[in-house]
Amino acid sequence: MTPNQPINISTNQLFNYTLHLADNNLILGHRNSEWTGHGPVLEQDIALSNIALDLVGQARNFYQYAAQLKNDGSTEDTFAYLRDANEFKNVLLVEQSNGDWGKTILRQFLFSVYQYYLYQQLEKCSDRTIASITEKALKEITYHIRWSSEWVIRLGDGTIESHARMNNALHELSEFTDELFIPASYEIEIARQGIMVDPVFINARWREKVEAILREATLPFLSEDNNKQSLSGKEGQHTENLIHILSEMQSLQRAYPGCEW
Amino acid sequence: MPLQNHEEIFQKKVDREVRIEPRDWMPDQYRKTLIRQISQHAHSEIVGMLPEGNWITRAPSLRRKATLIAKVQDEAGHGLYLYSAAETLGITRDEMIRQLHVGKAKYSSIFNYPTPSWADMGAIGWLVDGAAIMNQVPLCRASYGPYSRAMIRICKEESFHQRQGFEILLTLSTGSDAQRQMCQDAIDRWWWPSIMMFGPNDDSSPNTAQSMKWKIKRFTNDELRQRFVDICAEQVKILGMNLPDPELKWNQERGHFDFGPINWDEFWNVVNGNGPCNKERLEARVKAHEDGAWVREAAVAYANKRKTDPRQATAPSSSHFEAGQSLLK
Repeated sequence: MTPNQPINISTNQLFNYTLHLADNNLILGHRNSEWTGHGPVLEQDIALSNIALDLVGQARNFYQYAAQLKNDGSTEDTFAYLRDANEFKNVLLVEQSNGDWGKTILRQFLFSVYQYYLYQQLEKCSDRTIASITEKALKEITYHIRWSSEWVIRLGDGTIESHARMNNALHELSEFTDELFIPASYEIEIARQGIMVDPVFINARWREKVEAILREATLPFLSEDNNKQSLSGKEGQHTENLIHILSEMQSLQRAYPGCEW
Repeated sequence: MPLQNHEEIFQKKVDREVRIEPRDWMPDQYRKTLIRQISQHAHSEIVGMLPEGNWITRAPSLRRKATLIAKVQDEAGHGLYLYSAAETLGITRDEMIRQLHVGKAKYSSIFNYPTPSWADMGAIGWLVDGAAIMNQVPLCRASYGPYSRAMIRICKEESFHQRQGFEILLTLSTGSDAQRQMCQDAIDRWWWPSIMMFGPNDDSSPNTAQSMKWKIKRFTNDELRQRFVDICAEQVKILGMNLPDPELKWNQERGHFDFGPINWDEFWNVVNGNGPCNKERLEARVKAHEDGAWVREAAVAYANKRKTDPRQATAPSSSHFEAGQSLLK
């Protein structure tokens, strides 16, 4: 693209979609990094920080691509630090509070499985940049699924207390899983252009994998009619959680505008 | 063999720079000194995650955020190597952690100072990690094998952290007035506590002689401190900042920088628990441990179930998961 070329509808939807992918990863990475130094066992503190690092790294790749698409001097940091909550396109699941270790683990598991099946499609998509970012990310996500599913099983089938805590976590988070598969306007458009499949397509695989792990964890299946959320994070409608995340994350950039750090 | 012969053989090995390994005979006091020193170092890494972890969620760019997460994660890794090294001397990690939580074991006092500004991430890297490296590089040759090997890995990462810290300050030093002020303020706050990291002056450090004879220690506190001051006095010029010591001056005769008197009252006050953040740091560690109890218990319960369960062969991970401390895969 040459400078000053206007963004047409198709690049605009690809741009929105790229931001959506980036925002999911940044916000979940940020949430996970809140645990750094506070984990239940040193090895697991390291493991979750590692996942946070992977997610922030993936987010940076997508933001850099979004900056390239927009081509107006935007950078990865202007997207992360200078947009307001209503411009963020992450799903509601990733912005939910950490809660206890069980909720954090379950949130990671539910998201990683989604991300895995989605990226398997994106890896083959017609946009070469997205294909190459997701191809690299899939190696990391494979580990995230393994690690988080092992913990879901261990905690679900551990003690009476851990089982009860996982049940609570499931109850709290299941209201946010349907959004993963309800396409946003930009997802419909890029699916129409053949860049990406409709997210509905991966719903069945996601459900199958999640249910298999929950079964092994002796936890109940997610009910089919748990869509109680009327907000759409993908479309910029967020829970209050995101406002708090951003006011913390963006504080220095907002307090000292225009500085290099 | 009489004890005296054991001691002679031990000291001869140390003198010939042969590493002492876990199964070798060693004097009780050598073992105790190492347990105290290594566990104190491990605790310092773990408590040290807190003042910096504090800024992960507020790091001002994505690059800084990623490097800060990686750095704090490295510190957890260092804690892990060191706890493992100490365990070879016959103490468990649980016991070391218990000693930390009840206040019996110490950690480096430097982490009892607050990190109110982003520039502190730079100052900690440059000064605190810089002082740590000065102390730690000679430990790569410590007479106890597991300790020296842990230190070799740690030193490599620490020097990387130190360069990152300096680079944070360098960026601030060429930034806006507010950023330059932030930079100087952080240097002002961290300079003296960093100088104190080398411990008491040689004439009031009674254990130094024995530790040097055992080759746990290679240089005295004052030697290392002087080396650190000499290096920083030059590096601060690159930043265009000042070290907060009016008496800092090159001494041609000594070939070193002279520096002002250290406030040892402050040092002992912080060591004895009255620093600005002693209470918060320890509380945060205790809270993490207590909040995590149910997770560790569940992991143990699950591992035990798998041991007696015929499904074990297909269990996801129990084979390499013992007692809630699964290794990072």
